[in-house]
Amino acid sequence: MSDLDRIIPETRAAKNCARSPRDFGNALPVLNEIRHALERLVETGEETRIDLSGMPFGPGDLDRLTAWLGKGEVTATVEALGPTQIQETAIPGVWLVDYRSGEGQRLTLHLEIAPVPELLRPQPRDLAEALTLLDARLEEDQGTPPESS
Amino acid sequence: MATPIPEKTLGERLRDHGLSRRGFLKLCAATASMMALPASMVPRIAAALEQARRPSVIWLSFQECTGCTESLTRSHAPTLEDLILKMVSLDYHHTLQAAAGEAAEEARLQAMEANAGEYLVIVDGSIPGPDANPGFSTVAGQSNYDILMETVEHAAAVIAVGTCAAFGGLPQARPNPTGAMSVMDLVKDKPVINVSGCPPVPMVITGVLAHYLTFGRLPDLDAYGRPMAFFGQSIHDRCYRRPFYDKGLFAESFDDQGAKEGWCLYRLGCKGPTTYNACATMKWNGGTSWPIESGHPCLGCSEPSFWDGGGFYEPVSVPLTANAGTLLTAGAVGAVVGGGSAALAKHGVKKADAERQPVTIDELEQTQ
Repeated sequence: MSDLDRIIPETRAAKNCARSPRDFGNALPVLNEIRHALERLVETGEETRIDLSGMPFGPGDLDRLTAWLGKGEVTATVEALGPTQIQETAIPGVWLVDYRSGEGQRLTLHLEIAPVPELLRPQPRDLAEALTLLDARLEEDQGTPPESS
Repeated sequence: MATPIPEKTLGERLRDHGLSRRGFLKLCAATASMMALPASMVPRIAAALEQARRPSVIWLSFQECTGCTESLTRSHAPTLEDLILKMVSLDYHHTLQAAAGEAAEEARLQAMEANAGEYLVIVDGSIPGPDANPGFSTVAGQSNYDILMETVEHAAAVIAVGTCAAFGGLPQARPNPTGAMSVMDLVKDKPVINVSGCPPVPMVITGVLAHYLTFGRLPDLDAYGRPMAFFGQSIHDRCYRRPFYDKGLFAESFDDQGAKEGWCLYRLGCKGPTTYNACATMKWNGGTSWPIESGHPCLGCSEPSFWDGGGFYEPVSVPLTANAGTLLTAGAVGAVVGGGSAALAKHGVKKADAERQPVTIDELEQTQ
């Protein structure tokens, strides 16, 4: 089982406890919220984050939502303060971001409606320090400070 | 153990611990979730936490069962270790600290002196009031009441954790043998935040601390002094079984078809309609489940006097003979002919209250 599959099995357990799938719940309203967010992204470029761990989901709701969204082409893992699994859904621009602790427990689960999830982008201060870091490595390798353009 | 106010900001301190900026962003995402804030607030939280400084925290335990501390130490987001080392300076906690005896008490006094006017006091457990026998509960020979009043004198705010500290809880249940009182009964000149629950949801405890760190002020509170972000909506309104209530589908016993189908637990005594807490969204055991999802009615443990509120398995009820019509009629007659009739109606209400009976949904609708 890959790390990314961990998003799904946790909800399968809840489904088993619930005995059978239900035709009620809070998955459909979230799907509508995603649609509005996607519309805003396309028209104005505005990005949206939805905290799924703050939703009053019942047994099977999260399972149903992730099944509706499906799996896309991109998967990524960020190793910082424990693993974070990022998965593009079958709807381009809609990402599942599963924040886990070092012990594998879920800290929170977000949906990001954005071209690229925030966590994958280099942070602005890291970018500012990147040149200094690279210069230091060049100096270490060549023994002289690199020329600036 | 006591430390002066750290010079470094939280952001600097976290980077000293080797936390990357992506890791910090992740911590902020988890913090937003803890504070029940929209995920869109994460960048603002990151900017605020970057500049925040760790507050000194003194944790006092009085007439309690340690369930509240257990709840927090089982919290996973962030771990207590993270919370203690990186987000707050926990300078005194009976159960967790290594120091004992006079050294422990000295740590509390040092923390109070070094951070006067800025430290937070967390209290779990109720307190035998000033008129009660001080020997009912003491620490280092000092009564709980004296320790509380001494410690809060120069505090920035007090957080009453658990229903015992917030409302008196089990020790205050009738006949209240120790004269137990809540923190807000005793502390009148400091802000008091109530994080009720028996025990409270761990992420609500850490969420309140995180809110203080992030915004430098206490969160908005409801009429009972509880943070609105977590106690602003009833269990009933956030319950995933609510659609069954609306359709009139109820479990009538714990093993009937309704229970198996996951129908509403109102008739089995669920106190969800009168209880305000975050269980329906934050859940328990790392977000695994919560009582109603496990098939048990809500006990209403975050509400005042829940121990004395009648049987756990009796439906939320109203006095059958004291409906709105009766009261209005009694009031109108009273205004005309004097107080006699009103007193009679009052007597009726009292009697009805004493003979409180469970009612069904149909009966409720008929009385409206």
